[in-house]
Amino acid sequence: MAIELNINGMARRAEVDPQTSLLSTLRDYLGLTGAKYGCGEGQCGACTVLIDGKATRSCITPVGSAAGRKITTIEGLSVNGRLHPLQQAFIDVDAMQCGYCTPGMIMSGVALLDRNPNPSRDDIIHAMQGNICRCGTYPRIIEAVRLASMAARRTAR
Amino acid sequence: MIMEPDRYELNEKPAYRFDLNRREWFEALGGGFLVLVLAADVEGQESGGGGRRGGFRGAPLPQEVGAWLHIGQDSAITVFTGKVEVGQNIRTSLAQAVAEELRAPVESVRMVMGDTALCPFDMGTFGSMTTPMMSPQLRRAAATAREGLIDLAAKQWNADRASISVRDGRVVNGSQSATFGELTRGQKLVATIPANPPLTPARDWKVMDQPVRKVNAREIVTGAHKYPSDMSAPGMLFGKVVRPPAFGAKLASVDSKAAESIPGVTVVRDGDFLAVAAPDPRTAEQAAAAVRASWKTEPQPSWRELFEYLKANPAGEPQRAQHSGSVEAALLSAEVKLRQTYHIAYIAHAPLEPRAALAEWSEDGRLTVWTGTQRPFGVRSELAQAFHLPEDRVHVLMPDMGSGYGGKHTGECAIEAARIAKAANRPVKLVWTREEEFTWAYFRPAGVIEIASGARRDGTITAWDFHNYNSGAAGIRGTYNIANQRVEFHPAKSPLRQGSYRALAATANHFARESHIDELAHAVGMDPLEFRLHNLTDERQKNVLKAAAEKFRWTGFKSGAGRGRGIACGFDKNGYVATCVDLSIDQRGAVKLHRVVTAWDSGAVVNPDGLRNQIEGANVMGIGGALFEAIEFENGRVLNPRFSKYRVPRFSDVPAIETVLVGSKDVQPAGAGEIPIVGLAPAIGNAVFAATGVRLRSLPLAPQGVPAGAA
Repeated sequence: MAIELNINGMARRAEVDPQTSLLSTLRDYLGLTGAKYGCGEGQCGACTVLIDGKATRSCITPVGSAAGRKITTIEGLSVNGRLHPLQQAFIDVDAMQCGYCTPGMIMSGVALLDRNPNPSRDDIIHAMQGNICRCGTYPRIIEAVRLASMAARRTAR
Repeated sequence: MIMEPDRYELNEKPAYRFDLNRREWFEALGGGFLVLVLAADVEGQESGGGGRRGGFRGAPLPQEVGAWLHIGQDSAITVFTGKVEVGQNIRTSLAQAVAEELRAPVESVRMVMGDTALCPFDMGTFGSMTTPMMSPQLRRAAATAREGLIDLAAKQWNADRASISVRDGRVVNGSQSATFGELTRGQKLVATIPANPPLTPARDWKVMDQPVRKVNAREIVTGAHKYPSDMSAPGMLFGKVVRPPAFGAKLASVDSKAAESIPGVTVVRDGDFLAVAAPDPRTAEQAAAAVRASWKTEPQPSWRELFEYLKANPAGEPQRAQHSGSVEAALLSAEVKLRQTYHIAYIAHAPLEPRAALAEWSEDGRLTVWTGTQRPFGVRSELAQAFHLPEDRVHVLMPDMGSGYGGKHTGECAIEAARIAKAANRPVKLVWTREEEFTWAYFRPAGVIEIASGARRDGTITAWDFHNYNSGAAGIRGTYNIANQRVEFHPAKSPLRQGSYRALAATANHFARESHIDELAHAVGMDPLEFRLHNLTDERQKNVLKAAAEKFRWTGFKSGAGRGRGIACGFDKNGYVATCVDLSIDQRGAVKLHRVVTAWDSGAVVNPDGLRNQIEGANVMGIGGALFEAIEFENGRVLNPRFSKYRVPRFSDVPAIETVLVGSKDVQPAGAGEIPIVGLAPAIGNAVFAATGVRLRSLPLAPQGVPAGAA
């Protein structure tokens, strides 16, 4: 059956069983491979996307439940080629090694910054605790989120 | 006898066969300037670890090409190397090396990596060899190209060679200048590297030694980079392997009628291999679940009796790494004696991207596989063997992958995808689940290490008897000056499939040695730092110890009452490390790391920020193996094959990490992706002792917290 989805501001249609995971729908049916598979049990955060602005583990979200809601993936984060401040901050502090966790990290970080523009170190750790980086770049990711929050506040002023 | 320090680095003998047709290849590139790096230039220098199974160290190699560098008529600089990018940042650091010597912007250098059709043979990306081996060779190739371009300009301009220079990607003579492409237009120039091409000395580096940003960072942060598991092909099916219930199980019978009745599903059975292909992943899962298979299994050892098993089941004779003086006599006569046993669990690499492959057969029986591996040419050999093909009919491509840490040397997923694709007659993608990755890959070897030692009351170590069962021999010899030493590695039968892991056995050997050294220091009543310095003469080893201790403010730190400091040092693969740890233990026994200081010396630095990133990452990854990671298994089954049951380091585990780089510019750079990890576990164990008086001698140290009082 066909499911109507709103992804990155565009109407998309997928011929898929509604029980299929949102992650598989994005990756295997719609060609959006930015969200990654890491565990299939919502434990690693590599598959994180935003649904109505909330960081969501797409690997354990049936696509049927996301129909009609506003889905944002890493591919939809930059606007007209201009990177989101958090994407830029990841580059600036080299907050990645293999980069496989990066899309999920950025989506979790964006959701945090959207609801808390000035997070403390503990806020960041708390919000990102469900995202795994096996390369161990956590200190740099914390720094990137902090940097992006400062950049956003500067722009807001 | 000759040691094999890297016994677990490779599972099988590499086959090197590379039929280079230079003319054909050059035609494809369309002229320009090509510099060839002979394989002997690269491999011939690999003497760091001594002899190896497979004979590729020190053994004669075919006089073949190890890498090449091409400057096109459009000035594009392209480097072809069989090394691969797995997160260690060599796509950037190698481009820096080439840009430095060619006086060109880093962005103008394109790296083509790990493609067996385009790149020359390479044994694989492991052993921290890229920076010490491949990087200097690419610099020499780039320097050769630079000098060749100057020659060309001198000829074309009829100018004095000495007045011509190269800068900002242009060849310049006074007011006259040309791009690389303008000079090489219409030509097909081939050069090999002369004996001593003029390399830029480290003090004059402008691109190397700089914290250049990752060259493909933008693709990564926008989700545009395609990892192996992101690949697709028109008409592609999704594969799923029907796994046996235990290691070594034999397929007794299969009923696949229900699975085959699902539209679009193909069931594959070949010996004990059982799998399905389907038009989408969900159908593949359903079809695999619908296959009814019965398996014959055998009883197997469990993790609870692992260490007894390893001691009781040798696999061959002990291998002696070091023997000097008279160990027995020195042990007997020592004023202070100590004897302890250390244990090391199996752990999993758990790269965030599990094994993945996309396999496609052409109509004339050629096989193309995109897969994540540290050894694309090794995987090509495995595929050729599995399907009885000549290697030139197998093409392996390795998109920069979601890491490996030594865990992706083998090609099992590639073989499985290719076998299913052959049966389904369509391209097939196979991505292992996390559970499969935790179960059907291979593990860091478990081990038992027994140490007996003796010292004088003045703090001089006089006897050292070190026996490692199964862990491996990497880093088995310390840098301490001890007159009477016996150091042996005892191979054992491993209940689980085991292989390389970041730093190999150096982690286990350093854990045991540096814990024991700490125990000895306490036994003679000396400060652990002072005790180490007293027994060392290797200046680089002493320097990293002093640098770490100074930055950490070792002197003046008060341990006790649940707070402790620990120190450890080590050496392997031409890298020296010292690590200091500050931690506390709460009333429930939970360990909280506050601060880690690592001093590191791997000689000259190519990319200081990339290097710091690797050292930080090694420390963070090391927290898992040090404190809580362990594979639990029973009767051929892994009992904790998920992130919900196998704890890896997360944000809240990470302390403040400070890095001191003390390498000299005058020393050839060594690799740094592995060895910084080895100091952490013993430094933590030593700090736990300082904090609580409890000595922990097993890795992981505190999976359930530090037990009270059991010293």
